Amino acid sequence: MRRQGPLIITFITGAVIILQYFIPHRPFSDLQQLFNTWFLVIAVFALILGVGNLGKIHFERVFRRRENWPYSIVLILGFIIMFGAGIIWGIQRGTPFYYIFWNVHIPMGSTMFALLAFFVASASYRAFRARTPEATVLLISAIVVMLSRVPLGNFIWKELPLIGDWIMAYPNMAGQRAIWIGIALGVVSTSLRIILGIERTYLAGK
Amino acid sequence: MFNMLLLLLLLAIGVNSTTYIESLNLTLVLQTSTFPETPQMLHGTAPPAPPTDITGQDRPNDAGGRTVVSWTKSADDGQGKNSVQEYVVFRSTNIDGEFTEIGTARKGVQEFVDISTTDGVEYYYMIKAFDGESFSEPVLSGAITSSAQWFHVGRVNMLVAVLILSFLILWFIQRAKKGEELYIRPIAGLEAVDDAVGRATEMGRPIMYIPGIMDMDNIQTIAGVIILSRVARKAAEYECPILVPTCKSIVMSAAQETVKEAYLDAGRPDSYDADKIRYLTDDQFGYAAGVDGMMMREKPGAVFFMGCFYAESLILAETGHSVGAIQIAGTAQPSQLPFFVTACDYTLIGEELFAASAYLSKQPLLLGSLKGQDWGKGLLIIILIIGIILVSFGFQQVVGWLTVG
Repeated sequence: MRRQGPLIITFITGAVIILQYFIPHRPFSDLQQLFNTWFLVIAVFALILGVGNLGKIHFERVFRRRENWPYSIVLILGFIIMFGAGIIWGIQRGTPFYYIFWNVHIPMGSTMFALLAFFVASASYRAFRARTPEATVLLISAIVVMLSRVPLGNFIWKELPLIGDWIMAYPNMAGQRAIWIGIALGVVSTSLRIILGIERTYLAGK
Repeated sequence: MFNMLLLLLLLAIGVNSTTYIESLNLTLVLQTSTFPETPQMLHGTAPPAPPTDITGQDRPNDAGGRTVVSWTKSADDGQGKNSVQEYVVFRSTNIDGEFTEIGTARKGVQEFVDISTTDGVEYYYMIKAFDGESFSEPVLSGAITSSAQWFHVGRVNMLVAVLILSFLILWFIQRAKKGEELYIRPIAGLEAVDDAVGRATEMGRPIMYIPGIMDMDNIQTIAGVIILSRVARKAAEYECPILVPTCKSIVMSAAQETVKEAYLDAGRPDSYDADKIRYLTDDQFGYAAGVDGMMMREKPGAVFFMGCFYAESLILAETGHSVGAIQIAGTAQPSQLPFFVTACDYTLIGEELFAASAYLSKQPLLLGSLKGQDWGKGLLIIILIIGIILVSFGFQQVVGWLTVG
């Protein structure tokens, strides 16, 4: 029953979600939203597990003075300050939580995102080296598309933006659609395997 | 309010300007009354021509509670005086009763969806064109009733496609059950999984497995956790530590169970360490920073990216590349594929991510479903080619057949 229970729930939930796509009548039309709500409730409770895991690992690291333990103190303090500020003063505009969120958390996230520019540069350098015919095609296409998107491209040759648009609208779109078709079939196949209980690895099954 | 004060002030100071007071009264009327039901000229201009041919019907393929009212544009909408600004829609349950305004439609629009009907009740609709100053003559619809449908007729094509694909998959599963050997084309990225684990073991470094940043309600994450099971089993056999930083608590729980079971299967339950499968944060770039830090500290010999990724994909893959790890990625996010192709040694493109579990397990049942999927793809290619030929020769109906409602 330890195995059958989750498999039965999976089958019923999967079958109902498929049915509600084809049956607009109530109660089917409301079921997907209902399941999504249930998932959110589960996710909120599961967050306690995540926070517990995080706390356990970092408290242990501090108490046992493991490598890089001072960083764990930063994490624990950060968690306590944000959690405490949110509980005591709330999260509305003008509260300490709001201030820290917008002036510490968001800028740090933006900083990580900004690193992407440097990573794109280094990755592009490797990808665009014309070592093979395929890489050469990629290099030429990329240069044309990049130039077609800036005023300089139009200045160099007025047909360049049209060529850039053509590359994006035809070869690029055809490739993307082929990938999407493959993905859609893969999703259907995987979903069917899961709903029918053929694939049960995600339940830690054999 | 301001006008009222001004009026009182004028009266108080004895101003006897009838015209001004009348104009103020008119403004007050406009602000407080509902729209009039008959054409009304407020400033001496002729009202716009009314819309014509008002019809209505139940909104198809829905759960009820909605009707659609349609009309032909007023002669002054876009043509004639071109003065129509909007159409005002009124509703009543009695054709001789009081009509209540329920909404407006912009000029040029010829349809209004009423989303507040009660199924089975007859409604009458009245439409008036409004030019900003006056209303046209009203036009009335007949009785319209909303109802819920038990089948979405716009999705028949999708139902047929799902049934055909399901039949193919189940048919090949049955064939596999009977012991028929099924050929599956080699996928380089999956062939390299064992090599990657072996290489990390030889280097004395751990494996890092990243199941994406989405939750367990995402099919890519489920596929990622399924592949994790195969990778963890191989890691357990080689006694190579496996690190799984997760972005969601539920994924952490599922990954812990999956890895634990894989270690049990491999006969090495003692080597399992739950702390190696850890939750970092739900925040996208906080997670990227955490994983990057782990990579720089632990220097994994092999990194697997299997799941749903967004902008953090290249940040993670480039960091993995910088520490010299062999990297295998798989995602069904077309926008992130170029980044993985650039920064990783092998990339599973779209469907290959979903095929990975069957491919790695070599279980006949799973391979059968993969074969069915491939046949489905072949069928789709044939339909696409036929569709292109038919549309090229002007047979446009085929577009409607393949459009999902």
